[in-house]
Amino acid sequence: MGRPREKWEERVLDVLQLVVSGLANGCIYGLIALGFVLIYKATEAVNFAQGDMMMFGAFVTLGLTNSNYVGLSFWIAVPIAIAIMGVLGYLLDLVVIRRMFGQSQVAVVILTIALGFIFRFAAGTIWGHEPQSLETPYAGMDVRFEGLVLGLDEVAVIAATIVLTLGFYFYFNNTRLGVAMQAASQNQLAAYYMGIPVKRVQSLVWALAGMMATVAGILYASKGSIDPTAGLLGIKAFAAAVIGGMGSLPGALLGGIVVGIMEPFAARYIAAGYSQIAPYLLLFLVLVFRPHGILAQVHRKKV
Amino acid sequence: MNVMAKDKDVKAGEAVLRIVNLESYYGPIMALRGVSLSVREGQIVTVLGANGAGKTTLMKTISGVMDPEKGQILHGGRDIAGSEPSDVVNAGIVHVPEGREVFPLLTVEENLDMGAYTRHDPAGEASDKEMVFSYFPILKERRAQAAGTLSGGQQQMLAIGRGLMARPKVMLLDEPSLGLSPLLVKDIFAIIKRLNREQNVTMLLVEQNAKVALDVADYGYVMELGRIVMEGEAEKLKASKDIQEFYLGVQEETQRGQKRWKQKKTWR
Repeated sequence: MGRPREKWEERVLDVLQLVVSGLANGCIYGLIALGFVLIYKATEAVNFAQGDMMMFGAFVTLGLTNSNYVGLSFWIAVPIAIAIMGVLGYLLDLVVIRRMFGQSQVAVVILTIALGFIFRFAAGTIWGHEPQSLETPYAGMDVRFEGLVLGLDEVAVIAATIVLTLGFYFYFNNTRLGVAMQAASQNQLAAYYMGIPVKRVQSLVWALAGMMATVAGILYASKGSIDPTAGLLGIKAFAAAVIGGMGSLPGALLGGIVVGIMEPFAARYIAAGYSQIAPYLLLFLVLVFRPHGILAQVHRKKV
Repeated sequence: MNVMAKDKDVKAGEAVLRIVNLESYYGPIMALRGVSLSVREGQIVTVLGANGAGKTTLMKTISGVMDPEKGQILHGGRDIAGSEPSDVVNAGIVHVPEGREVFPLLTVEENLDMGAYTRHDPAGEASDKEMVFSYFPILKERRAQAAGTLSGGQQQMLAIGRGLMARPKVMLLDEPSLGLSPLLVKDIFAIIKRLNREQNVTMLLVEQNAKVALDVADYGYVMELGRIVMEGEAEKLKASKDIQEFYLGVQEETQRGQKRWKQKKTWR
């Protein structure tokens, strides 16, 4: 009697463990995907440098906090890094992207791909090309709960994502600037007519995307190591954004989590070579059967 | 037309908006060919004209969404030509665009709040919102509903209400009758007239529907191919033979009639 039951419990724990680690990864994808969607909604261009901004933000934090660099306390380094990346995002729009106004979207997309390369090489030049790990106060600690062992880094990712999501929800629905960001993305011309400084709002969206990328980067780097090519993760996050619905912020988060949870299960139950394609297979299916994504904003143009 | 025209009615002092020799381009196409007009405080001034006459360009140039090539837009003692749209709203001129252009996924109330974006007095905004609701009770009823789900007439009301939230001195109304049933047009224009009298909002009203526009307006201009071709008191315009032909849609060969007739022919 005892033995099959134990086996069953083991299985449940096993699945839970996979879910939690997938959820943690998924939250990171989701945060990067949020950046994609934010910029897409505000400017109708896809920022393919979003993943590299994530990597760069992580390196800025690493440079500020690791003992072989500046060596600041982690809790001081994080807000500074977020602020630096916010300013960088703002300037990127002000100095580079805004000049592309009126050009085709393809030009903007190629520009952002180029920006991604610049971020990658800048990070490599400043911090080197070898993988490094971010020194966090919670590194290596874990939480034990009824036989479930969770890394504190994974718990931190999930907690930070929940807090950020609530913060964003409040920001976009209850602050005037947040509502104005929505307004400017829904009807740019009308936003101009209402006296909303649309260009500044777009720069602020870039700042926000930079800040979000940094948070994702910090969370990612604290779960393992980071090197300048880590930004390629952005491709998976982009898939997540499309799966969730490119125009929807909750969709981005959901898409990220779906992809994240899928991965460890695919790795566990599907042959090694094929498990990697699981997220893209899902992307393919979503594009075929629900081309606007899972949580698409359908009545966009209803006249 | 030249700069001398400027002095014509400066002395009147009651013109809240004066446009002098305005020229605007859409790329290589000259859409405004030296437009001059003035809007006196408390009046409803209408600009009539067919499709492509340059009416909407005129509105966009005033509200700062388009920059003029030449000319002046005088308001409150300064030239606001080429200003940023946010500065124009701040100066007290608000544009209620053609085709409503509400924010479809925001609620009715959030749309109204966006109208007051440049203001910073919550008390005044709250009382103005009540004022808007008193003119358009349906908006109060639907305040929590996404604006994209409203009917065309309700969206037009929302667009006007949103404009009012900026507490404008001058409201630029672009084709408020567009796509609405005759009954709704009547209602909306009655409210426009009331807003003009009760809230002291000066209106510059662009319309293709000349009849309803001249019924509410004090003064009118007729635009054709980027120029003002006729102006006068609304009553006089209504009585004019040319105008009657104009809004009955019959084109006779006037000054440059032949060319115009040909153009009409191509799109009919």
